[in-house]
Amino acid sequence: MKNQESIHALDLTSAPKIESNLMQKFLSLFAAGPVKPGESYGAPGQGKSLMISLFTTVFLILIWYIATHFQWVKPLFLPSPLAVVQRFWEVATEGFANATLLEHTGWSMMRVFSAFTLAFLTAVPIGILMGVNRIARGLFDPIIEFYRPLPPLAYLPLVIIWLGIGEVSKVVLIYLAIFAPMALSARAGVKSVAIEQIHAAYSMGATRWQVIRHIILINALPEILTGMRIGIGFGWTTLVAAEMVAAQAGLGFMVLNAAEFLVTDVVIMGIFVIGIIAYLFDLFMRYLERKLVPWKGK
Amino acid sequence: MSRLQIHDVSVQFPGMNGGETVTALSGINFQIEPGEFVVALGASGCGKTTLLNLMAGFIQPSNGYLTLGESDISGLPRVACGLDLQDQITGPGKDRGVVFQKHALLPWLNVLENAAFGLKLQGVGKKERIERASYFLKLVGLEDFHKHPVYQLSGGMQQRVGIARGLTNDPQMLLLDEPLGALDALTREVLQELLLDVWKQTQKMMFFITHSVEEALFMASRLIIMSPRPGRITHDFALDFNKIFLETRDARQVKSMPEFIAMREKVLGIIHGDEVLNGGAH
Repeated sequence: MKNQESIHALDLTSAPKIESNLMQKFLSLFAAGPVKPGESYGAPGQGKSLMISLFTTVFLILIWYIATHFQWVKPLFLPSPLAVVQRFWEVATEGFANATLLEHTGWSMMRVFSAFTLAFLTAVPIGILMGVNRIARGLFDPIIEFYRPLPPLAYLPLVIIWLGIGEVSKVVLIYLAIFAPMALSARAGVKSVAIEQIHAAYSMGATRWQVIRHIILINALPEILTGMRIGIGFGWTTLVAAEMVAAQAGLGFMVLNAAEFLVTDVVIMGIFVIGIIAYLFDLFMRYLERKLVPWKGK
Repeated sequence: MSRLQIHDVSVQFPGMNGGETVTALSGINFQIEPGEFVVALGASGCGKTTLLNLMAGFIQPSNGYLTLGESDISGLPRVACGLDLQDQITGPGKDRGVVFQKHALLPWLNVLENAAFGLKLQGVGKKERIERASYFLKLVGLEDFHKHPVYQLSGGMQQRVGIARGLTNDPQMLLLDEPLGALDALTREVLQELLLDVWKQTQKMMFFITHSVEEALFMASRLIIMSPRPGRITHDFALDFNKIFLETRDARQVKSMPEFIAMREKVLGIIHGDEVLNGGAH
C-alpha cells in the first residue's frame, strides 16, 4: 500500500516535468545550435535557421487553411490548400487544357533547360573572353549592358516578329534572360583572380595559355556557378512571358490559361510547381558548389 | 652558377590621370653574386618591390637591362594583339622562383600539388613531380602535410609551402617579397632560421625584401638600403651575422651581439633620416 502511494506521488510530480521537457525540446528545435569557439561575439546572424524556415512554411499554410476554412476569402480568389492538392492530382491524372501536368512540366523544363544549356555553352566562354581580352570586352559589353536591364516582355514582340511563334522564339527569349547574368558572372570571376597567383605561375614558367587554363579559369569557377544559379532563376522568371503567345502546353501557359477562366486553384498549383522545381534545381546547384569549389571564399 | 646583373636600370610609371610620370627607380647598377643572400631594406615607396618585380620579369625597365648569367631577362612582352593567347611574355621564367607575402597559393590544390605545380606546368611526369616536391616539402618541414588543403594551414605553414614551391623548379635564385611580413613574431623567427637553412643547403642566390631592420641584419650576407624619390640604392653593406648563426645556431645570442646592436642603430638612423625628409616633402 505504502509502495503504491509513493509511485502515485512520483507520478504527480513528474507529469508537469515531462510537459516542460517537451516544451524545452520543442523550443530547442529552434535553437541556434552550438556556437563555434570564439564566435560568441562574432558576426551577428550565425547559427541554424532550417527549423525556423520550416516553421514559417507550416505557419503560412496553416493561416491559408484557416482563412479558407472559415470562408474569410471567397474560394474564387483563394481556394483552400486541400482544393489545390486535389486539383494537383486531377491535373496530374486527367490533365488541364489538353495536357497532363507531366506534359506541361515537361514542355516548360525542356524550354528552360535547353535555353539554360545554350546560355551556359555561349555565355561562359564569352564572359571569360571578355575578362581576358579587351577586344572581346569592347565588342560584347555595349550589347549585354544595353539589353540586360530591359524586361523580356518589352522585346518579346520583336523576338516573335523575327523568329515566329514556334519553339525557337520561346527558347530564345528565355536564353536572352539567362545569358546576361551568366556572362557577367563569368567575366567578374575572371577579374577576381589575385595578381600574385598569376605572377607565381609565370615565374614557374607558365605560358600565357597555361595561366588562363590553370589559374584564371579555375579561379572563375565559383562565380561561374553563382552566375548559373542567378541565370536559371531569370530563366524561370521569363518562362510565363515566353509561353504567353501561341503555346499549346507548359506550366506558364497552364497558369495563364487557368487565369483566363478564373480557375484559381490551377493558378496556385502551377505557381507551386514552378517554385518547387526552381528550388530543387537551386539545391542541386548548391550541392555542386560544395563539391566543385570547397575552397570558395577561403 | 651565374650572377644576376642590373645594368643602369630605371623605371618610370605613367602618372595617374595624366599627371607627371613617377620615377620608381633611377640609375640602378647592381649585381648579385652566386650564393649571396641579399636583403633590401628601405622606407615604403623606395622601389624595393619594383626592383624585385624587375628581377622577376613582371615589369620591364624603361631604360637599361638585366642579365642572369648570359641571358637577358628584361625581355619585353611580345603581345602584338590581345587575341593571341599563345603569345608568351619572355620576362618571368622558371630560373627565378618567387615567394610572395600572401594570396599566391592555389586553394584548389593540396600542399603537394601546390609544391609540384611548376613541374606540372613543365610537363614533368607524375612520379618525378611527387619525388622532387616531396624533397623540398621535407626541407621546409611539411613532410606530413602532403594531402592537406592549403586554405586550412596556418599562415606560417602556407609560407613554407610557398618556399617549397619556389624551389621545386630548381631556380638559380629565389626572390622573396616580404615573405614573413604577415606572420606573428614567433613564427617569423622560426621561418627566418628555416630560410637560412634552405639557403645554406641549396646555395641559391636570394633576394629578400623586408621592413624589419633586425630581420634584414640577421638574414643578409649583403644588405642594400634604398631611398625614395627617385628610388635608388644608397647603401650597400656586407654582413656575416647569418653565418655566425649557422655556426652557433643561437639566434637570440646573434641578435644581442654588440656589433649587431650597433649596426641596427646605424641602419635605423639611415632609414629615419629618409623618413624625416619624406615628411618634409609632403
